[in-house]
Amino acid sequence: MDTRLLAGCLALLVAALTGCSGPGDEDAGPTSPRWNLPEVVYTADGLPDPSILAPVQILHRGNGTQPQGLDPHITEGVPSTHVQRDLFESLVVRSPDGRIIPGAAERWEVSDDGLTWTFFLREDARWSNGEGLTASDWLFSLRRAVDPTTGSRTSILLKPIGNAEPIISGQMPPEALGVRVIDDYTLELTLEAPNPLLVEVLSHSIAYPVHRATVEAHGDRWARPGTMVSNGPYRLEELAMQSHIRLVRNPYFRENDRVIIDEVYYYPTEDLAAELLRYRAGEIDWTYEVPNTQFNWIEANLADELVISDWFGTYYFGFNTQREPFNDPRVTTALSLAIDRGIITTKLRRFGEQPSFSFTPPGLDGYDPPQPEWAGWTQQQREDHARHLLTEAGFGPDNPLSLEIRYNTHEDHKRVSLAIAAMWEQVLGVRASLINEEFRVFLATRRARAITEVFRAGWIGSYLEPMYFLELFHSDNQQNDVGFFSDEYDNLLARAARTPDPGERFALFQKAERLLLETQPIAPVYTYVTRRLVKPYVRGWESNLVDQHPTRYMFILRQDPVGEGDG
Amino acid sequence: MLPRYILRRLLGAIPTLFILVTIAFFLIRIAPGGPFDAEKTLPAEVQANLDAKYNLDQPLIVQYVRYLGSVLRGDLGPSFQYSDFTVNELIAEGFPVSIRLGASALVLALVFGVAIGTIAAWRQNSRLDYALMGSAMTGIAIPNFVLAPILILVFAVYFGWLPAGGWAGGELRNMVLPVIALALPYMAYVARLTRGSMVETLRSDFVRTARAKGLPEWKILGKHSLKVALLPVVSYLGPAAAAIITGSVVIEQIFGLPGMGRYFVQGALNRDYTLVMGVVIVIGLLIVVFNLIVDIIYALIDPRIRYE
Repeated sequence: MDTRLLAGCLALLVAALTGCSGPGDEDAGPTSPRWNLPEVVYTADGLPDPSILAPVQILHRGNGTQPQGLDPHITEGVPSTHVQRDLFESLVVRSPDGRIIPGAAERWEVSDDGLTWTFFLREDARWSNGEGLTASDWLFSLRRAVDPTTGSRTSILLKPIGNAEPIISGQMPPEALGVRVIDDYTLELTLEAPNPLLVEVLSHSIAYPVHRATVEAHGDRWARPGTMVSNGPYRLEELAMQSHIRLVRNPYFRENDRVIIDEVYYYPTEDLAAELLRYRAGEIDWTYEVPNTQFNWIEANLADELVISDWFGTYYFGFNTQREPFNDPRVTTALSLAIDRGIITTKLRRFGEQPSFSFTPPGLDGYDPPQPEWAGWTQQQREDHARHLLTEAGFGPDNPLSLEIRYNTHEDHKRVSLAIAAMWEQVLGVRASLINEEFRVFLATRRARAITEVFRAGWIGSYLEPMYFLELFHSDNQQNDVGFFSDEYDNLLARAARTPDPGERFALFQKAERLLLETQPIAPVYTYVTRRLVKPYVRGWESNLVDQHPTRYMFILRQDPVGEGDG
Repeated sequence: MLPRYILRRLLGAIPTLFILVTIAFFLIRIAPGGPFDAEKTLPAEVQANLDAKYNLDQPLIVQYVRYLGSVLRGDLGPSFQYSDFTVNELIAEGFPVSIRLGASALVLALVFGVAIGTIAAWRQNSRLDYALMGSAMTGIAIPNFVLAPILILVFAVYFGWLPAGGWAGGELRNMVLPVIALALPYMAYVARLTRGSMVETLRSDFVRTARAKGLPEWKILGKHSLKVALLPVVSYLGPAAAAIITGSVVIEQIFGLPGMGRYFVQGALNRDYTLVMGVVIVIGLLIVVFNLIVDIIYALIDPRIRYE
């Protein structure tokens, strides 16, 4: 009997498998009459009308790998920051479309010389235990963030604040930080140099406040359920390692009456294919990502739930210019020209990534990344020029260039590297071999600048400024893995950092970036996009360049019965 | 005799575990990259502070001796990656999940595997036998990471009977699919083993005698033959148990279960030295215990074997 059951099961599995890949009439996700959702109507104060809301407001979000932890000063990584954004509120926050707007500070003033920033704090700000939040809390938190004994991995972001850098490097005590309490609700920050980026930096989790008494009482272990105190729209209710994190509404949050979702779950979902299945089974409303390999299926069955939007990041290949022959700009330029970016974005990536010729991604207000002249050429012209350059550099059929492309082990990187190796071979007769390394081994090799020749890399901006990208190639930057050293470039960046006028500053950045691209120590390939599946009943969020989507703005629509069974 | 035997075996395991810990400790340190390496480099002072906090600034041999000392005191140290937790806490959370998952899968594999194998042997060379053994071959051949998504697709996505993932504190409905996915290949293997040795046993003289005496078929199969035929299955049990516990990584990942296996993989990728070491020690201990249990069962079934 068991035998028949087993055989039956097997038959069922096979049927299901074939059924889902073919154009099944009832199995393939019904697209049109799947959802019956009410029209979104807002009330006068900008909140969704209660009549359109689902009775249960619980959101389930896929969240990549298990977050390192929830202490905003110590942890790093995208999964942690997603959760922290719901738990904390900084002086400034981002609106649903990604703009910086006032958060725990009601407003701020900048002195004429641009050096002194005064933040006026909201008097109704509270911690999740009901205690009031005052300027001295911010003083404590910012000092803790830059204190090297805290062990923060992101504290260097705070370097625009006075003395932050010497404090982080242990040359000054944390008390020397340019932060002063004027009164309970006024906080003054003094900067090293005028720096309009300050508010961008302050939106980062390194600038979140922590509750002094809690941190002092529980040390390293304060950010756990039962002890954790935070000041954002949600508080930590449950933290089950490798299973889920559950946040519930913080009733003391100053805008609690504007928060609609009562509870939010974050699930670790390293396995993207498994995440997709959980999404399809209705267990997850918002995925972290979607597997690249399933593009066709998603396109055919879940196209209206797939959300793709521009991201502030560049996928590129770097050349170790400390090594022959990559110290010759003709070689690196030829290699860069020979990459047919269009093929990579249309045949390999396919989620709407855009070919890129600059390092800073497009999309910044007022900053047009400089394009090399050949960005406007046809691929044929680029290839002709590439051959010409490589011959000039002394390589040809009798003396072919051979090189190694190194990437961190991942199917997506492998495909792109393979494609580029093939293009180089076809166009330039280059003999390229591929080497993959596990991520941390790869980072270590890359950093050593010894054996690497060509390596894959990506850079995604934590805040919206060209500086975040361009400083990567500053001579002193530890991550300058291509070995680009230029005094002129460094000077341009230093001048830009001191220039408060956005127009002038952007002009300097453009000059710097043009200089960088002139010798092509990097070959930009495409601009990243974010891609995820979102159930149509989750609303209130907007696509934005930084891919930040706080739960506080979201709400879940009422679902009215549909004619047939749900999916 | 038995308690002394167990004690001796456990004492004998100490050098094994010691060697295991030593090799694992130095092997993971050889891997390039450290626990605090990321795409963004750390300021030197912060790195120095972190190293000091976790004793990474001391010579490797000192770290090793310190680590051994704290392991002997039952302290597996703090996790480098999940800084809010100690390794003891992480394992205390993950271990019961892995054990429940693994034990359920093992029991399932054993019960069904033996039953299927016995039936197949009893109806040797019939269509039923071929169907069963054919399925078993398929079961062995299909890897976990293919089977699990299919099970989810069918039972969670299409029929919606069971959850596609999550543990929910170990509820039965959350366990069904992962346990089946984990058990099937082992079940198939046990079935083949059982059939093989059962076929042989059924041909032996004592079975013929039993038949001649007119004993009912179920008694011949269940009581007389099975006891003998199970010996190879029992000896397979030790390696199978170890493989199920360590092999649950894939299943845990696909079903999003908070077991120990994921710490092993994530820990290694993150260079979370203490976490990896903790998991290695626990798994090492488990394997020692499993092998001991198997040897004891073996002796219980086969009177020729004594504890000496």
